[in-house]
Amino acid sequence: MRFLIYVLVGIGIAANGLGAFSLLRFPDVYTRLHGATKCTTFGSIFTTLGVIVYGFARGGPAYQTLAVHALIALVALLITNPTGSHAIARAAYRSGVKPKGAVVDRLEERR
Amino acid sequence: MLAFSMTSVIAFAMYLVLTLFSGNVGLWSVEELIAGAVLALVAGWVSRRVLVGEHERGTPSPWRMLNPLRLLLFSAYFVGPFFVALARANVDVAYRIVTGRIRPGIVKFQSGLKTDLGRTLLANSITLTPGTLSVDVDDETGDFYVHWINVTDPEASAEAICGSFPAWARRIAE
Repeated sequence: MRFLIYVLVGIGIAANGLGAFSLLRFPDVYTRLHGATKCTTFGSIFTTLGVIVYGFARGGPAYQTLAVHALIALVALLITNPTGSHAIARAAYRSGVKPKGAVVDRLEERR
Repeated sequence: MLAFSMTSVIAFAMYLVLTLFSGNVGLWSVEELIAGAVLALVAGWVSRRVLVGEHERGTPSPWRMLNPLRLLLFSAYFVGPFFVALARANVDVAYRIVTGRIRPGIVKFQSGLKTDLGRTLLANSITLTPGTLSVDVDDETGDFYVHWINVTDPEASAEAICGSFPAWARRIAE
């Protein structure tokens, strides 16, 4: 059980670290959002699963409550993370940030 | 009135899940039950128009998401195609971070979805899956403008950009 928790948290930290690294490597706000959104969501799913497994394995009311709360936090995260990143991308486009090095921009043609 | 009571019941159920193992009336304490009931009534009143919208002609029933089949389908979608795509998205982003090989652009496709809920589901799915990030949605026509990190074809179809997701979103939410 301990091993399973280590694996889950390890995957989560690796994915989250990758997300942070993508901020350094990519050129503009849209490509950075790609890394930041996907990797942090995937990483947080696994760290939260680690907490849930820990909570149920440890047992007792306090830890079971912790596990249930972590599960609900996970659901909230899965809904809000992509929504927030969509809002940032849309706001960035509306305030005039053009995608850097874009080969095609259909949104530009609409206006 | 029906919308209000239904929203309250769901809010109360949610509160009960959050306060599991807090006492000895069932699994809850008396204080939590009272506080939960009051909060559920307030939340139900405030958000009564959010969960259940007005029923207009020609649109799907606003109650459709209470159908257990749809929720089951949503769970299947989440652990199946969606999670696989999310895992692939991470490998894809890792590859692009390491090699720096990107060819970004904003492409457009017609989703064919009519309801807000379906579009929200599709937009969120697109953001979390390989190489795509939803930037804008046209409210009237349902056109999606998607930032694609590796544009292979500027005239790509919905199939090429996000696979079977529009079909899933239609099955779940419309």
